[in-house]
Amino acid sequence: MALPTYASPLEKTWYYARLAICAAIFFFLIAPIVVVIPLSFNAEPYFTFTDKMLSFDPSGYSMRWYDSLLTFGMTNPDAPRGLSWWADVWQNAKWVQAAKSSAIIGFFSTILATVLGTLAALGLSRPEMPFRRIIMAMLISPMIVPIIITATGMFFFYSNPCEPLTWIGLNPQCGRLAGTYLGVILAHATLGIPFVIITVTATLIGFDQSLSRAAASLGANPRTTFFRIIMPLILPGVISGALFAFVTSFDEVVAVLFIAGPDQQTIPRQMWNGIREQISPAILAVATLLVIFSIALLAAVEMLRRRSEKLRGVTPH
Amino acid sequence: MANALDPHAAVVTEAGGLDQRGTLKTADGQPLSRALARSSRKARRRAFMLVLPLLLFILITFVLPIGQMLQRSVKNDGFSANMPQLSAWFAEHPRGTDPNDAAWAALAADLTASAEARTIGVVGTRINYDMPGTRSLFTSAGRQARRGVEPPYRDAILEMDQKWGDPKLWSVMREASSPYTSNFYLAAVDRTRDDSGNIVQAPEQQRVYLMLFLRTLWLSLVITFTTFLLGFPIAHLLATLPTRKSNLLMILVLLPFWTSLLVRTTAWMVLLQQQGVVNDILVWLGVIGNSGRLQMIFNQTGTIIAMTHILLPFMILPLYSVMRTINPSYVRAARSLGATSWTAFRRIYFPQTLPGLGAGALLVFILAVGYYITPALVGGSSGQLISNMIAMHMTQTLNWSMAAALAAILLGGVLILYWVYDRLVGIDNLKLG
Repeated sequence: MALPTYASPLEKTWYYARLAICAAIFFFLIAPIVVVIPLSFNAEPYFTFTDKMLSFDPSGYSMRWYDSLLTFGMTNPDAPRGLSWWADVWQNAKWVQAAKSSAIIGFFSTILATVLGTLAALGLSRPEMPFRRIIMAMLISPMIVPIIITATGMFFFYSNPCEPLTWIGLNPQCGRLAGTYLGVILAHATLGIPFVIITVTATLIGFDQSLSRAAASLGANPRTTFFRIIMPLILPGVISGALFAFVTSFDEVVAVLFIAGPDQQTIPRQMWNGIREQISPAILAVATLLVIFSIALLAAVEMLRRRSEKLRGVTPH
Repeated sequence: MANALDPHAAVVTEAGGLDQRGTLKTADGQPLSRALARSSRKARRRAFMLVLPLLLFILITFVLPIGQMLQRSVKNDGFSANMPQLSAWFAEHPRGTDPNDAAWAALAADLTASAEARTIGVVGTRINYDMPGTRSLFTSAGRQARRGVEPPYRDAILEMDQKWGDPKLWSVMREASSPYTSNFYLAAVDRTRDDSGNIVQAPEQQRVYLMLFLRTLWLSLVITFTTFLLGFPIAHLLATLPTRKSNLLMILVLLPFWTSLLVRTTAWMVLLQQQGVVNDILVWLGVIGNSGRLQMIFNQTGTIIAMTHILLPFMILPLYSVMRTINPSYVRAARSLGATSWTAFRRIYFPQTLPGLGAGALLVFILAVGYYITPALVGGSSGQLISNMIAMHMTQTLNWSMAAALAAILLGGVLILYWVYDRLVGIDNLKLG
């Protein structure tokens, strides 16, 4: 806001002081994220700027921590870097394995959360929806209930999914979901669903219901109406919901710690182990890559938001 | 309703007409009210069918597991399932009966059977929850019982260990003889039962949970307040700047929001540790000596700083969306009527931000109360919250019923706050960037 012309000297001082305070708070928000980036190029195994780094001596910087992300866990890291070396990386490197697990779990849980969440959001946005408030509260609750409680409940459930059936007198045998990809995917879909519902219902608030009525009056059946009229309009909201769900899965560690087996070693879990056991600047290299990843996602979501606003701007109100 | 001047009624009347009693009818001759009710029922069913798959999914993967956890918090059959004869004796004889020969015989038989089935450790663990230090009593008695116990059983068992005669032990075993117990909830609020079954305060060195609950509440309040202090100026600046500039600055708020939680926590560990960047800068500036480096992490300070940073966007976003709708002419009117800028802010502007402030504060508080990852990594021992205790019982002591009871209490608190949030703010108004 601009400084009014009638401002007194005291107010002028306060105005600039406020700007300085805001700048400091923005610094507090951003600095921790930015500072890990140069530190990840540290040539020494320290978490602070060495003298060489501060004097911009090239020998103070190195890519060794990024290299260690590839070599950590390899059977033969010192072999010449040919095709077989890269095959070894792809097969055995711990961080590459973690990235693969995270991608698989993230992909399938996002699909599940997005499909179920979008359908439900379409239903919840209809004025006729019965028990709307309580159902909405229940579907959003995985975001509100502390993750440690959710993970505790899931730990009991996923280690014996048939146990609740014994409450009604049945006694079937079934396998464990804990320690399987399916278990982690289901858990992450549950955690991602609230985000899909929130973003898609937000898009649907501005949705003009007469458009679908117009389509129907022109002879489109409900399926055509959905895919040709509704879907293109809500797509930006659906995609940003899907991105939220993906990030939730990609960043989730507690449920993974509780229900995943040794095969589902995701990136956050690997980071968690790294931080707890012995923190090395390799963690900062991962952190830097993740920061770049989140910048890309944020840019995508911003673009989608603008596109959605533009699309909705076209619809008559 | 059936007014001839009503255009809607006119259409219906033309199509279906009125019957003798004057009720409206549709084209196929049905009463209009019934046709309407049927079509609205159909619309409701359609809307519900869209939600149903997800509702079932959440019920199975989320609500059911939490129900299972709640059941764990009151049920533990570690003793009753493995010591059936003694449990039956307890059921037949009321509290206060001294253990007779039948009881000792049942105990001996159960110890032998349980030791042979290798479940004696489970039994000992269950009793150990209510009476610490008794697990080895059971395992060693089990070992000796497998070699054979001869009657009279009372003397034989007391010879193994005099502690078997302790009335407190018998009282605890009586409690455990039913699979359902409230003892884990009692323990979660630092209460226990004495020899005669009355609820009393736990011994002083075992009182940890109430202190942890209070600390969780206190730290969450502090964090809510600091996010308010830092979030308010930012939200105000964003709301009053022109859209183009505020959109740019908004990215600085949203970037931390999108960055991995572990990355942000790691960043704070790197910044705040004793050989870290912040201490280095302070030493370089001469604020502190090299020997006087501050301990800013692995304690409560670390938890507060890192969690404030992580939860700040949840305060800024609702505040911002409310502040943007505040009409600036009110403040101008106040100024023109002679209010100082402080008075105009305090009496006119600030009250209008209260809905956003309430929404942000509630959301931050709800999220802070159940936070786990950040306190676990940067909290040291003094910055641990109740959720860290739940995790400890789940993964280290394996006292799952205790973890479930603590989680149930925390869940109750969070659900009450969630209900308040829904009443005051409405879940529909939850915004993500």
